[in-house]
Amino acid sequence: MSVDVAATLGASVLAIVDPSLLLSLQSWLGAVGDLVFGVLLWVLDQWYWLMDWVYYVTGLEMLNPRYRFMHRAILVGLCVGVMAPLIGTFLVHRQLALIGDALAHTAFAGVAIGLFLNAVIDLGVSPYLTAVVVAMIAALFIELISEVTDAYNDVSMAIVLSTGFALGTTLISLNAGGLAVGVNQFLFGNLSTVSPQSAAILLVLFAVIVGTVAVTRNQLLYVTFDETAAAVSGIPVNWYNRVMVMLTAMVVVGAMQIMGVILVAAMLVVPVAGATQVSRSFSESLVVSVVLAELAVLLGIAVAYYGGVTAGGVIVLVAVGIYICAIALGKVQSIRGERTTPDMGSIEADSVDVNTGTGDD
Amino acid sequence: MSTHDTDSGSAAGTAEQTPTTMESDAPATEPVIDVSEVTFGYTATPVVEDVSLTIDPGEYVAIVGPNGSGKSTLMQLMVGLREPDRGTANLFGERAARFDDGERVGYVAQQASATKEMPITVREVVKMGRFPHVGFGRLSSADWTIVDDALATVGMSGFADRRVTQLSGGQRQRAFIARALASEADLLVLDEPTVGVDAESVDAFYDLLAALNAEGITVLLIEHDLGAVVEHADRVVCLNREVYFDGPTDEFVDSDALARAFGTEARFLGEVDG
Repeated sequence: MSVDVAATLGASVLAIVDPSLLLSLQSWLGAVGDLVFGVLLWVLDQWYWLMDWVYYVTGLEMLNPRYRFMHRAILVGLCVGVMAPLIGTFLVHRQLALIGDALAHTAFAGVAIGLFLNAVIDLGVSPYLTAVVVAMIAALFIELISEVTDAYNDVSMAIVLSTGFALGTTLISLNAGGLAVGVNQFLFGNLSTVSPQSAAILLVLFAVIVGTVAVTRNQLLYVTFDETAAAVSGIPVNWYNRVMVMLTAMVVVGAMQIMGVILVAAMLVVPVAGATQVSRSFSESLVVSVVLAELAVLLGIAVAYYGGVTAGGVIVLVAVGIYICAIALGKVQSIRGERTTPDMGSIEADSVDVNTGTGDD
Repeated sequence: MSTHDTDSGSAAGTAEQTPTTMESDAPATEPVIDVSEVTFGYTATPVVEDVSLTIDPGEYVAIVGPNGSGKSTLMQLMVGLREPDRGTANLFGERAARFDDGERVGYVAQQASATKEMPITVREVVKMGRFPHVGFGRLSSADWTIVDDALATVGMSGFADRRVTQLSGGQRQRAFIARALASEADLLVLDEPTVGVDAESVDAFYDLLAALNAEGITVLLIEHDLGAVVEHADRVVCLNREVYFDGPTDEFVDSDALARAFGTEARFLGEVDG
């Protein structure tokens, strides 16, 4: 069980510092890990119950209690539909739309490392956990490069992307005997392979991402809109950029389960692009992008189930369809909106009557 | 063209010599900006060399200079976005790079650099001025009152719910001024704010700056448009790597600092009043 492994690893690292604490710490961390996992499984059980209930009310075949994997896939999809556009909004408006792609490909390297370690030393850790770790390291790496060179440069992003994927394919081919079987699920995503364990990992990622954005939304917005002014006003811009790319790495790995490495970045970008067309305010665009993403995810999963096709591809196609509709709606809105123009008020600084002072030639 | 090649420490052509010794205790009226013998370079060649100047509360100072003269770099040193290689840069008596009262400084960039296809309303932009005050929290109703007052001050209340991308250049710059006002800044730093703004809005923009300056806000203007500078600023700092002139605007017009800093072809773009 992955949580136990993480707890054990953590305990053994600490044991180097102070061996006398090993036993108590290990049992303590193990207990916490079991507790967290237990809580998550309980949440999952409540979700099954809710889905069963929806099935009995609606009679939708894809919610049949015999297909627990569909219940988990829908839960994962709903979470992805919230966190991907949430993070994507901040990325797209910084012209960082492609970082999701780069991180997804390095996450694939993380998956390969996880599978490799499991095969070689029987680590028994979920490949999604190693993927999170590797993708977050790559994210920090990209961010640090950009801090040193003062610009996000697409060349270094492309290099990180291909390095990640190359490392992944190499590791997998190295172990071709036992490993080639499972790779498709990571490349293209799969509804039926969402295990309770990976659903639990996703719930943790979801809580971390939504919680972090909820706390730091002011700072993230300021840094996204006007990085220099944010820096002048005392916001540690580099730290928020680092947080942002690490959250992106988490989203990418979380969404990878149903979207796959190759299509995961679309969820960060397409709903946000659609929301940008029709929204006026930033908070509105956040809400709209989440709604559009949820629409794409649920429609996509349904079509994938009844049509027997890959969910990731369908979800992206539905999202792009929604995006095209949003462009049309945005055009209609702007044509209707242009008719009304508010009057620009005069300057109301108190001590000086500037309106009489203007003597421009 | 440079008057000296080594770092001898002499600031030739500087009208106002600031004391070279650091005073540890701030005087009664603490200078807003105090840079002393500041040198900075992105590479081995300095972009800003041996610059010393002090800006007191309530001043209206313009920094002029040709392209690549280091005026934007000097501004970044002053507000602590960069650390000087040599010398000291103080902001409100604190080391600029460590300054943590960010809400006291309002920053307005070139409007071209702020142009993004981001869905955000004018009110949301002005709201950001309150972020240094509220931190991770929510804006209180008092904060929102300050935001709306700032919008009213710059005459943009009617545009509060407009998307920023739909505004003209001049309107957008007013919104950014409002953000600085909402942050209750004592110092307004503007980096070539009228680039890409139509002439009519430019006049209104400078009127707004004058009105805010009259209310006691210190204005630091980085500007390439010499006509605008001599018309509006009280004090001019002419920079081309080093300070060529620092003094009242009238004296600047009469001096030869411009020709020396810009080369021979420079002339005032606008009509100069007495």
